[in-house]
Formats: sequence, structure tokens, C-alpha cells
Amino acid sequence: MKTLFDKIWDRHVVDTLPDGTVQLYIDRLYCHEVTSPQAFDGLRRRGLKPLRPDRVICVADHNIPTVNQDKPISDLVSRHQVETLEKNCREFGLTYYGIRHPRNGIVHVTGPELGLTLPGMTVVCGDSHTSTHGALGAVAFGIGTSEVEMTLATQCLLQRKPKTMRINVDGRLRRDVTAKDLALFLISKMTTGGATGYFVEYAGETIRNCTMEERLTICNMSIEMGARGGMIAPDEKTFEYVYGTDFAPRWDAWDKSKAEWTALCSDDDAVFDAEFSFRAEAVEPMVTFGTNPGMAMGIRERIPVPESAEDSERSSWLKALEYMGFEPWEPILDKPVDYVFLGSCTNGRIEDFAAFASIVKGKKKADNVTAWLVPGSHTVAKQIRARNIDKILEEAGFELRQPGCSACLAMNDDKVPPGKYVVSTSNRNFEGRQGPGARTILASPIVAAAAAITGKITDPREIYTYES
Amino acid sequence: MKERFETITSTCVPLPLENVDTDQIIPARFLKATTKDGFGELLFHDWRFDKAGDPNPDFVLNRGRHKGIILVTGKNFGSGSSREHAAWAIAGYGFRAIVSSFFADIFKNNALNNGLLPVVVSQLFLAETLDLLAEFPEAMLTIDLPEQTIHSHLSGRVESFEINPFKKECLIKGHDDIDYLLSRKDIIEAYEKRV
Repeated sequence: MKTLFDKIWDRHVVDTLPDGTVQLYIDRLYCHEVTSPQAFDGLRRRGLKPLRPDRVICVADHNIPTVNQDKPISDLVSRHQVETLEKNCREFGLTYYGIRHPRNGIVHVTGPELGLTLPGMTVVCGDSHTSTHGALGAVAFGIGTSEVEMTLATQCLLQRKPKTMRINVDGRLRRDVTAKDLALFLISKMTTGGATGYFVEYAGETIRNCTMEERLTICNMSIEMGARGGMIAPDEKTFEYVYGTDFAPRWDAWDKSKAEWTALCSDDDAVFDAEFSFRAEAVEPMVTFGTNPGMAMGIRERIPVPESAEDSERSSWLKALEYMGFEPWEPILDKPVDYVFLGSCTNGRIEDFAAFASIVKGKKKADNVTAWLVPGSHTVAKQIRARNIDKILEEAGFELRQPGCSACLAMNDDKVPPGKYVVSTSNRNFEGRQGPGARTILASPIVAAAAAITGKITDPREIYTYES
Repeated sequence: MKERFETITSTCVPLPLENVDTDQIIPARFLKATTKDGFGELLFHDWRFDKAGDPNPDFVLNRGRHKGIILVTGKNFGSGSSREHAAWAIAGYGFRAIVSSFFADIFKNNALNNGLLPVVVSQLFLAETLDLLAEFPEAMLTIDLPEQTIHSHLSGRVESFEINPFKKECLIKGHDDIDYLLSRKDIIEAYEKRV
């Protein structure tokens, strides 16, 4: 009667304190340059060394430029932060995948694709989108810098056991409706804080039919409904995805691991603290219209306003619409678009580039649109070339950039100017997220591609007959 | 050793918005520092300052009507990123406690790890406090951590709040999790041998 989450969590309990706080063992710690420097300083101040350096992987991704990666980073503050990570890795003997390293990429893209995250693991990183790794059947969650320091020093965290939630999705997704649309749909139903305090397991026919990359997209967005993490029981698709990756177990060890992983599923009589069910057919291609990912709707709908009498909710909502330059009840279709961003740990994988290419193939990018296409890792960039997707994109007037987090949070030079609209395949449409004053509309790679071709918000189901 | 937390009584700064995310608390472009210093000056930067970098006179931190070491704000405060810089910015500005009807999980842990107390109150307590503050900037709250109570002086309302006992003790004694975990190294090694 255990849930998938319980099975993995219980196995990692080192000890339980009298008040119920759990000392949890962490199998994998990922660090990036932004949330780690103060943790390493903490170690130095206390005269400590990482307890299990072989369990720690460090990657530069947030700050790095997506052009001219062969040259030094021109932003000196960014350069200092990236160099600080490199120095810390050298000092403490940690694995480091820096800029241009073949294993470099966004930590949540490169980790799973290298087999550094495996089913049954506990995985943490000073980054809320660590929830992505749950797609492999791992307990993965974001932590703060103090907790990064704790994990470095002791390979453990002190945690309260979160509540469990299961979200079941059954039925078939309609044509041109992707995993990203499903994620935005679920967040719009659950609201941006609706799963706070919970760890979510996604289950049901639709989820089982999703590819691994689609599952990574869904788990990635779990944090946007407030969930500590999201996860999916490992199955044959998971094993196929992991098999043969650089760090996956091999030979006898593989057979043994696979047998253990096969048992990682919620028991039939497992009880969740909360459970919700949805139908896949109800999901339309989605877009956001406000300043949190819960403010999402079907692309053909009109911008809603809550009937709530609560002042703080209403004023937050209207403030969001004002920031976006939208009026209540107006349609979002045909709104002009200035920028398109394809990439991020949400949608920066090969299937995302293939989907984008399938829409723009044989068409031309709209002149009024600036498009940033940023692969999630060097491996993804290689796959794009191997499948000749780069040629299709080039012929349609698009250029590929080099891997990194890029415009998702605009810590590098990829900033959307104030007041401009960007259709973005990333995960957050917060005020200023993609540059001060930038107006973000979150969407799938397919909706982003349609906007890139027409220069306005377009239902992708209409693009097949569109002449550019 | 962090600053010890016991009982505080203070006027409050109201921010009557919901879902205040970490990008509003501290925008990503300010996360390039490699120390914890200086984030207080950047707290709520893009609401607090205009494009030219001048203080926005309408923002609560600039208006001068409300002062204090307690921030009172709408539900789901601190949603979004895991950046601890958000907690450093709020603590760095001088706040010691934040009152809301619920907090985002990672933010809540980050706050507790920095001697900043997140106090979860009922919707009613929150709405009433925000209403009172709009009219009476001198309204005071007392937060008693050992007793786990929050007292609104003007309305007379008292509520108790939850906090995990371990974190409570850390806050009161000024300890942190690492001090504790380091004392348990043998248990960690025994676990590693067991699995």
C-alpha cells in the first residue's frame, strides 16, 4: 500500500528525528554557477570538504552566452561567476562540465541524457526545475543554497515528508496538442499554488503513452503548481531511454538495476493525500495571458477575469493583465509577436526541435519576429545536426544558437526588450523574467513555431494551409 | 551562528498581492554575485525603482507610510525559483518575519535557513491585517516564536501558527541544519553500508 514516492523516500531515510523530521540521503547533487558559490564559501568557512564528491556534478548553464562560446564571456560579472564554479570544482575535486565541454548543457537536460539521474534515486539541485528528473522515476526536488551546502557537507538533508498527490490523465491528446499544453492545462486547473506541500505522481494512460521527453516536460512544470516535485513510474520506455547512456549501469549491474526499478510503482491499494483526474481530449493548444503559469487558456479562448470577490486576488489579476497589455475578455489569437524562444529545460530537447521544424518546414520566418533557438545541451545540438533539422530551420530563416538556459531567465545577453511580446517554450511568464518589462506568452514548440511564421499568435492547426 | 529569534513586536509593511514570485523579490539579473551581501538594496527592485533607477514613489518601501521588520503579504508568497537570494534580500533589507496565508515550499525552507520566520495565518487574519494596515500604518503585530502565537494589537486577534519543532529550535538557538547533520556522520556512514 505504498506510493511510488513512499518507496523511494523510505529507502533513503537515514534516520527519523523525534519530531518527525527526516534525515534523507541524497544520491545525486547537481550544482550550477548561480546557486552554489555561497555554499562553497560556507564549506571553506567551516573547514569542510564534500563528503561524497563522486555524487556531485557541476554544470555551467544559467549565465553562459549562446553565441561565441569559444570566446571569453564578455559580461565580466557572469564570467566571474562561471569561473568561480570552475575554481570551486578544482579546489574540492568535483566533476565539472563547463562551457564547450561535450557534456555541457542545461543541468536538467544533460543530467538525464547522460544517465546521471536514474530511476529510484534522490536528486537535488539548487534549482526549482530539478523536478524534471522525476520523469525517470526519481524523487527530485529543488533546494536553496544552504541546503546545497548541507548536501555537499553531509550528503543528507533534513526534510519533512511532503504529502502525496496523484494526477491521472486518461485518453488521447488531440493533434498538435503536446506535453507542454498538457502541463499548462494542468497548472491552469490546479492553479500556481495548488500543489504546494505535495509531491505529485503523474499516472494514467496518457502519461504512459508519453515519450520520455514528453514526461520530462511534464515533470519539469510541476513546480509551477507549487509542487515539491513531480514523478512518473519507470517503465520499458524509461529503461530504453537510460540504457546505454554514459553513466547507466552495464552488464550484470544493468539486469540487477532494471529488476529493482521494475518494482518502482505505486501499489494498487496505495492511498494518496489528494487525487485528481483529467481527460486528455479536453486539452487544447495552450497559451498564457498573465504573469504566472497558472494564467493559461486554450489558444482560441478569451482572456478571463475571476469572479472572485477577494480584493487581493482581483487586483493581482488585473495587475498581471496591465503588465501584459491585455484587456479582459479579448481574444489572444492574432496578437502580434516580437520574439520567439525555443529552448530551456522545459522544451530544449530533440523532439522539441523536431516539432518546431515540422511546422516551419518549407515556410519562412516572419520578418517582424526575432527568433532564438537554443538547444538544451551539446548532445541535443548534435542530434539536431544528425537529423538534418538544422537545414530545415536554416531554409526557413532560423539560426541555431549554442546551448544554455538563455532567454528563459535572461541572465545572459538573451534579453527580450521592455514591452515586447515573446512566445516562449520556457516555464515562467513572471514579470521581467525574460528581461525587464518583457511580456512572456508561454506555449509549446508547435505554437511557438506557428507564431514565428505568421508573426502573431496563431492556432497551429491553421498553419498547414498558411502561405508565407 | 545566526541571529537568535525570540519574540518580535513591530509595525508592518503590507504588500497586498498574491503569488509574489522570486523574480519580483529579486530579479534574475542580480543573481550573479558570489557572496550573500548587498541583496537587501535590490529587494523588489523592479517594483521599487523605475527604468531610470529612481525610486518609484508609489511603492510601499518608498512611500514612507509603512515601516517595520514584519512583511505582510498575499498567499503563495515566494513561488517560483529556488534562489535563496530571495531570502537574503528580504533579511538583508531588515525584515525578520513574513506573514501570509501560505508560502511556496522552497522559499519557506530558505527563509527558515536564514533566520527569517515565515508565519502562516488564516485568510481571515491576513485580510483583516491588510485592511487595518491600509488605514492604520501604526498597527503593530507581535510574533512570539516560543509560544507560536501572532497577536494583532489593534484588532486584539491572536492566532497560533505551526512551525516544525526542529526549525523552531534552530531559530531560537541560532543553530543551523549543517551543525546538526555534521554531528551525525557515523549514522550517515552506517546508512551507506546498509544499502
